[in-house]
Amino acid sequence: MKRLLQNPTTLVGAILCVIIVLGAVLAPWIAPYDPVDQSILDRLQPPGGAFLLGTDTYGRDVLSRILWGARISLIVAVTSIASAILVGGAIGMVSGYIGGRVDLFIMQVMDVMLSFPSLILGLIVVALLGPELVNLVFAIALTAIAPFARIARAPVLSLKERAFVEAGRALGFSHARVLFVHILPNIVSEVLVMGSLWMATAVRTEASLSFIGLGVKPPTATWGGMMRDGFEAILDAPWLSIFPGIAILMLVLGLNMVGDGLRDATDPKLSGT
Amino acid sequence: MTAPILEVAGLRKYFTVVKGFPRPVKTIVRAVDGVDFSVGASEAFGIVGESGCGKSTAARAVLRLIEPDAGTIRFAGQDVRAASGAALIALRRRMQIVFQDPYSSLNPRRTIGQTLTEPLSVHGVARGRAAKDQAAALLEEVGLPAAALGRYPHEFSGGQRQRIGVARALALKPELIVADEPVSALDVSVQAQVLLLLKDLQARRGLAFVFVSHDLSVIRWFCARVAVMYLGRIVEQGPVARVFSAPRHPYTRMLRDASPIPDPGKRGVLPRVVGEIPSAAAPPPGCHFHPRCPRASEICRTTYPAWDEGDGHGTACHHPHVD
Amino acid sequence: MIFYVIRRLLAAIPTLLAVLTLVFVIVRIVPGDPAIAILGDRATPAAVAALQAKLGLDRPIWEQYVTFLGRSLSGDFGSSMVTNRPILTDVGAVIPHTLDLTIAAMLIGTIIGVPAGVWAALHRNRAIDVAARLLSLIGLSFPVFVSGIFLLLAFALHWRIFPVIGNANLADPVDRLTKLVLPAATLGLVMAAYITRVTRSAMLQVLDEDYMRTARAKGVPWRRVVWRHGLRNAGLPVVTVVGLYVGILIGNSVLTEIVFNRPGLGKIIVGALNQRDYTMLQGLMVIYCFLIVVVNLLTDLTYGLIDPRVKQA
Repeated sequence: MKRLLQNPTTLVGAILCVIIVLGAVLAPWIAPYDPVDQSILDRLQPPGGAFLLGTDTYGRDVLSRILWGARISLIVAVTSIASAILVGGAIGMVSGYIGGRVDLFIMQVMDVMLSFPSLILGLIVVALLGPELVNLVFAIALTAIAPFARIARAPVLSLKERAFVEAGRALGFSHARVLFVHILPNIVSEVLVMGSLWMATAVRTEASLSFIGLGVKPPTATWGGMMRDGFEAILDAPWLSIFPGIAILMLVLGLNMVGDGLRDATDPKLSGT
Repeated sequence: MTAPILEVAGLRKYFTVVKGFPRPVKTIVRAVDGVDFSVGASEAFGIVGESGCGKSTAARAVLRLIEPDAGTIRFAGQDVRAASGAALIALRRRMQIVFQDPYSSLNPRRTIGQTLTEPLSVHGVARGRAAKDQAAALLEEVGLPAAALGRYPHEFSGGQRQRIGVARALALKPELIVADEPVSALDVSVQAQVLLLLKDLQARRGLAFVFVSHDLSVIRWFCARVAVMYLGRIVEQGPVARVFSAPRHPYTRMLRDASPIPDPGKRGVLPRVVGEIPSAAAPPPGCHFHPRCPRASEICRTTYPAWDEGDGHGTACHHPHVD
Repeated sequence: MIFYVIRRLLAAIPTLLAVLTLVFVIVRIVPGDPAIAILGDRATPAAVAALQAKLGLDRPIWEQYVTFLGRSLSGDFGSSMVTNRPILTDVGAVIPHTLDLTIAAMLIGTIIGVPAGVWAALHRNRAIDVAARLLSLIGLSFPVFVSGIFLLLAFALHWRIFPVIGNANLADPVDRLTKLVLPAATLGLVMAAYITRVTRSAMLQVLDEDYMRTARAKGVPWRRVVWRHGLRNAGLPVVTVVGLYVGILIGNSVLTEIVFNRPGLGKIIVGALNQRDYTMLQGLMVIYCFLIVVVNLLTDLTYGLIDPRVKQA
């Protein structure tokens, strides 16, 4: 852990993430205004003064909406990637362990899912199911299952050839025990490193879907939704697009930096690849 | 030989490889092609041969770590191939394996204590404190301190790890141990220590061994009887002293002459090694050994020689050396 | 090589079938009746039944599946249920715009990305490398709609160098080009960031190889070693990953087209979403499927060109 934070990339990334997470958690206490409270008199106030980052077309405080919007981004990213890790990881592990034709078939299916453009897949799933938080999580998790199946499978293929797995079978251990007690702990770190990189992708996808108008429904504050509103008023109030854009960038960059640092730590040879 | 604890007859394992486009070619690799042998209780039985001859496959098939295609395996009178479920698990307690590579044979994420107590708790032999005490006793038996229980495999040397592998094999008090090249991956100085440990355990626990190795001197020192394998079949079998002092099969003779002899004075003409070992996917017709054999005649090219049991020192050769 | 091409073509068939099946499943797993979803809750039962018959939804599911596969494979992607125009007509009209954008973005990505990646790898862990890594990480972190809006704000609204809207007149080359610059830059910079990273890591692996040292030791000029021996061997992983990138490129181009209001597949798909044009969505997904399978095929064939070993495998 200490070694990790000595890497400047990881450190900066971690700081960015911590800032956003704190903002999201403390939003009810530190947000200066109610994120959905409209105020006709304060419409389109430029940044500075009473409203640090200005107000939008309905007179809502941009800073407060960014703080509350962080919650949606983080909830969607964490839950969708956690479910993708559970489902995809299990598929990949079992598939690799079984091997043979079953594995070949499952991986073919995963390759098909992998080759489908993830934004389009997410877009259509949300469009068909309706723009609800649960459906967003489902759609993003769906796009991330295949990569995690691949990530989990690769090390299982080599681990199952190791003698300690054969020893387990010779000792009469069940396949479930071999897989979950002996193989699983050896792949956890690899999967988790990819987890933080994929969380960055999930944040981006959620923001993109919200920008297209398929995010959590207004008036709930989401970063992508704020960009969408801001884009419509881009001539009058550029700050409406700039600040949420910076927020998205901070979180995605932070997660990517942490993921990169973690990967360097687990595999020094691939430093920065 | 005492009453056999393990009897293997007609053991066969073929691997199929499909390769090629547009016409896929199916290749059958005859890794083990009809192998018979038996091991007495408390006896050390060796299987020797060049790499690729199928000796490891045969040893693993006995434990059903590789599912054999045909043949019978009887352990203490019980049919191993027919066993399943609880019966197979019960059989596995009585037959264990020690691996060649001490680095991949231990799970890097589990402490030595976890590795040694796990089989005890899975089989309901002992749990908690009792299991830990047993694990400590096992470590002591293989010459390691009980303090090693809390440590991870990477903290140990190759020889120490091999001792831990042996302790794990002993945990369930087996009667037979399959040792697959147990010392080939170790430094020569460490090899002797591990061999002494195994010999000592054999005497103390009355263990039977199936000892697989390519190293004749190790087999000669450790085993009472030996089978020589070539391309999936046993070509010669008998008491170690007789097989190596007066080999009947030309292949055994070639192997013996190629292995270093401790006394330089005894060294005569440099060993003559003819040719490469052919692939088990395309063994030569007739006697598999004939392309490399100095005594090969016309019949060797067409007919596989029948097994001649002799006086307990048998061989499969048309032109055996006679003592 | 000819067998290699045939084998790849044959291997693409099951993939295509599988992707089409995925589309079919995705469209059918939606809870509720698509006909009601299209017509709204207040539709009369007769209208719903009529629409179901029109869409073929009243027939058994396997029959729907076979019909869908048959039509897709014979190049019949259906027609929009809103405008009744064949989907291919609408798609064909925007293809020049989409091609303009994609090709320009790929050019930008390759021209910046490959040299930057090689350069960074050669100066591993020095200032240049650190800067290249950081910049490419930032580039990768930008959702394209954010970078697109930022570029728009800076170059179209603040400095007014380029036009805001991208609906170019294809017959006028100047108009076509000026309206292409910002969208292509948006899409191309992300791609450049991606290619930089991939090239850098592929180069780093290759630079450690013995044949690189040998080439240098026998006196081949370093520049030639890097470009002839190094990049050629680093090429394979780069092509692989760039092939995989097409999925991301498609998603990004949708967002870019929305931001710059350019005609293209992205705008069609969003329009179809807003109008609940169910047949249009399905047809577009089928077209994407063909696109992906073709790109994967091209990637595989490029392997064969770069790496002589692949042909025999």
